Parts: sequence; structure tokens; C-alpha cells
Amino acid sequence: MCGIVGLFLKDKALEPELGNMLTDMLITMTDRGPDSAGIAIYSGDTDGKVKITVQSDTPEEDFPVLEAALGEGLGSTASVRINDTHAVIEVPAELADVTRARLKEINPNIRMMSRGESLEIYKEVGLPKDVAARFDISSMSGSHGIGHTRMATESAVTTMGAHPFNTGPDQCLVHNGSLSNHNQLRRKLRREGIHIETMNDTEVGAAYLTWRMQQGATLGEALQSSLDDLDGFFTFVVGTKDGFGVVRDPIACKPAVMAETDQYVAFGSEYRALVNLPGIETARVWEPEPATVYFWSHNAAPTATEKAA
Amino acid sequence: MQTFDLEAQGLRELNTTLQAQATATNQTSWEIVNAKGSHAIAVGLDAPIEVNVKGSTGYYCAGMNKQATVHVYGSAGPGVAENMMSGTVIIEGDASQYAGATAHGGTLIIKGNASSRCGISMKGVDIIVHGNVGHMSAFMAQSGNMVVCGDAGDALGDSLYEARLFVRGSVKSLGADCIEKEMRPEHIEILKDLLARGECDAKPEEFKRYGSARQLYNFNIDNAY
Repeated sequence: MCGIVGLFLKDKALEPELGNMLTDMLITMTDRGPDSAGIAIYSGDTDGKVKITVQSDTPEEDFPVLEAALGEGLGSTASVRINDTHAVIEVPAELADVTRARLKEINPNIRMMSRGESLEIYKEVGLPKDVAARFDISSMSGSHGIGHTRMATESAVTTMGAHPFNTGPDQCLVHNGSLSNHNQLRRKLRREGIHIETMNDTEVGAAYLTWRMQQGATLGEALQSSLDDLDGFFTFVVGTKDGFGVVRDPIACKPAVMAETDQYVAFGSEYRALVNLPGIETARVWEPEPATVYFWSHNAAPTATEKAA
Repeated sequence: MQTFDLEAQGLRELNTTLQAQATATNQTSWEIVNAKGSHAIAVGLDAPIEVNVKGSTGYYCAGMNKQATVHVYGSAGPGVAENMMSGTVIIEGDASQYAGATAHGGTLIIKGNASSRCGISMKGVDIIVHGNVGHMSAFMAQSGNMVVCGDAGDALGDSLYEARLFVRGSVKSLGADCIEKEMRPEHIEILKDLLARGECDAKPEEFKRYGSARQLYNFNIDNAY
């Protein structure tokens, strides 16, 4: 099973409510998967800075010393905001790669959740209501976000096996389904130099998109080619800095419902996830077509490539 | 008329109450409010009652229906009217995957579009869709009629047995062993009745009929045990 939700706000007045609305949607999907939960939130302009969200199983030991440890190598420009088992590190964009390398040296127990100018990913083992509460997702504001609650099939129930998966800067992916050629594809991608941490099928799907985009594909093109190269069942929702996209495999047995009003575009594995959204009674509600890439962007005048994501 | 607040009273209470209605009940009209996409609304009914669901439903609404008329004033989630035996199910909006799957009898009317696998393995139900149907519709359909006033998706009627398929619009592709067949006067009569029951504003003459070519392995008597 697994449950997916996504919310893309057109009405800026709703932005302070984003975390609250997404949390409510995700909790409604709890019975589609109780193993782990995660939310990706896109918020704020960091003004030339990059946010690196990290996780630790022993945050009380690892995080308080982080700012000082990073500062030694970087020149005291890193700020660390701790949120339960996660911490968001902000550094100037040009220091992002150095910071990530430094983090591995400082403490190999610290795991990367996401990186990007606006993206933050929070995910842990447990029910959506508990995961959302520990990070206080409800209080977060933002322009768009996606969430996932997992019923594990292909790999262990761990933080690293939880969704969303970070695919590239400000990009992430959630998945309902199971990929059947992930072992073969993992070997291939590793030979291409792509880092894949777990035995999770979705991580391979995410790594595949990263690899295609490194080769110069747009996200839209990468999603399109995933229809040929990924074997198995999938409904994917992807987040980008400016928007979000949806694609389902050609068989399309994994459910998906979308709703659009003047205020938002919303995605849910089931209609239940959408029932508390404002104006849902009069929203345009539909089921996305199989093997079709959908995309919504905040960029009012997207270029041809951006339109294709 | 009885009004049932699903949010306040709960699903189990709803289905227990509706399933307990005797054939000769006087309480023939029910309204369900606050459906909110809940699963398994009004399943397993077996009395000639009328159930009006206000709002959209989740998985398996009106499953296994006998005798009852279930009318959804919204859209229906996956598996609506699955394994229906008799009665009528009407969806004012769209229906998700596998609407009317394996249904043995009764009438399923979808006023919007139906998604993939509509009428999969249908065994005698009449399905009337005002809009389009998705891919793999009427897959392994064994008996009954499917009417599509709009278009049909890929692989319509794959591995079909004796069900009749009537499509007014385009068919993206036909499934294995499904072919277009001649529309004879008796089919026009059947379709006229189906369109009237489905409250469709369409003329039987505008439709094409599809059925089984009966060429697959199982149709060859030499392959029988």
C-alpha cells in the first residue's frame, strides 16, 4: 500500500497553513502504511544560502557540537537549527559541497536527509501523527510540500528507508508501489558512480532520476524515461524548488486522486486525504492518467524546459 | 426518510443497520451524510431500499449489492459495485478503477468517466458509462453488457468471453481476441433499453459493438480436458 499526499499552494495566504494541512492529509492516510512517515516542505528564500537537513539517532550528542565543528573548517559561516532528531544546517551556496564532505568526516553517524535552497525533509519510523508531532510539522509554513506514510515491502523499516527521498538539490520523491528491477538497476547506477545507501527500491528510483538529470535530462524528461526503465508498480510524486509533479506507471493500479481550485493543487492516494481542504466540494477532482507526466510550477512564466520540469 | 451521519455514527453501525433491513421494510429511503471518501459504504445490502450517499466515496462502495439502489452524489473510489448481484448503483461523478468488477447482475450507471479496468471479469452486470472508460476495461468479461458513451482506453475487452461491449466514441486499442462486430437489429433493441435505463441522451445507431472473436486457446474444444 503506502499513502502519498502532496499540496501545492497557489494562494499565498494559505502558506502559513501548509504544514498543518499536509499533516492532516497525511494522518488521514495512516491506515495505508504504519511503518514510517515523512514530509518534505519547501519554504522561504534563504538568500544565497543552502539548507542541508541531517538526521542522527543520537541528536543530543551529535548536534550541539556541530556548529563549532563545522565552523572550524568553513570559517564559522554555518548555522545549525536543531529539530528533534533532525537539524537544518544553513551555509552559503558555494560551501554546500564542502559542508557535506566535512559532515562525513566530523561524524559518520550523521545522515543526509536533503539539500537545497528551500527544501527540508523530515522523516522517521513511526505513525504519521507521531512523526509530524515530534518535528512540529503543523507549525511549518511553505509554498508546497509532499508527504508519505510507508507500508514496507522491499526493504527494512528504518529512517533511511522512509520517504521522501532527496534526488538532487531541492528535489525529492515519494513512491507508492514496488519496483521489481531495483537490484539490477542499483548495480548499474553504482557502477555509474551514483551513491545508493540502502536496499530500498524507491531509493533506486530516486537515484535513477538523479543520474538522468546529471546526464542533462530535465526532471520531466527523467520522469518520462522512468516509464521505460523502471519495472514494477509506481505512483510517484516529486517535489522541486518551484513545484511538484506526478507520474503513474502504465498499469496504474496504485491509486491517485487530484484536486485543483484557485487556491491549490492537491494530491492524495485516496479522496479521503483531500476532504478537509478548503473548497474541496467545488474543486475539480480527477484521477491522473497512467504513463502521463503532470507538473505544476510557481514560476509564472516557465521556460520551455521548466514547463517540462 | 432516515438520515445517517457517517462521521458521527460510524461505518459498522451504518452497514449493520442497512444490512438488517428486511425485504418488506417500510424504511425504504436512506440518506448518508458526511461520506468523506470512507471505504465500504453500503456494502452487502439485500433489500429493495434506496440509499443516497451525499458526497464522494472511497474503496468498494455498494459492493456485493442485492436489490438495493445505491445512488452516490459524488465520485466513487476503486471497486464500486464490485461483485454486485442485483439492484442498481448510480454514480453522479466519476468512478475509479475496476468499477463493477466481477458483478453478476444489476445495473451500474456512471454519469462521469470510469477509470481503468471498468467491468473487469463482469459476469452478467449491465454497466452504462456516460463518459469514457480507461485501459483494460471489460478484461476477461464473461457476460452482461457494457455501454460507453465516450471513448475507451487501451486494450478494451482483452480475453473477452460472451459480454457485449457498445462504444460510441473511439477505442484506443482492442485487447487480445476482441473484435468489432456487426450491429444487428436485436443489438439496437438491447442498446435502446440500456440507454433508457442509464438515462443516456444517445442514439443506439451511433454505437459500435465489440465482442469476442473466440480464437483464444480456451475456445478450442481440442484443448478441453
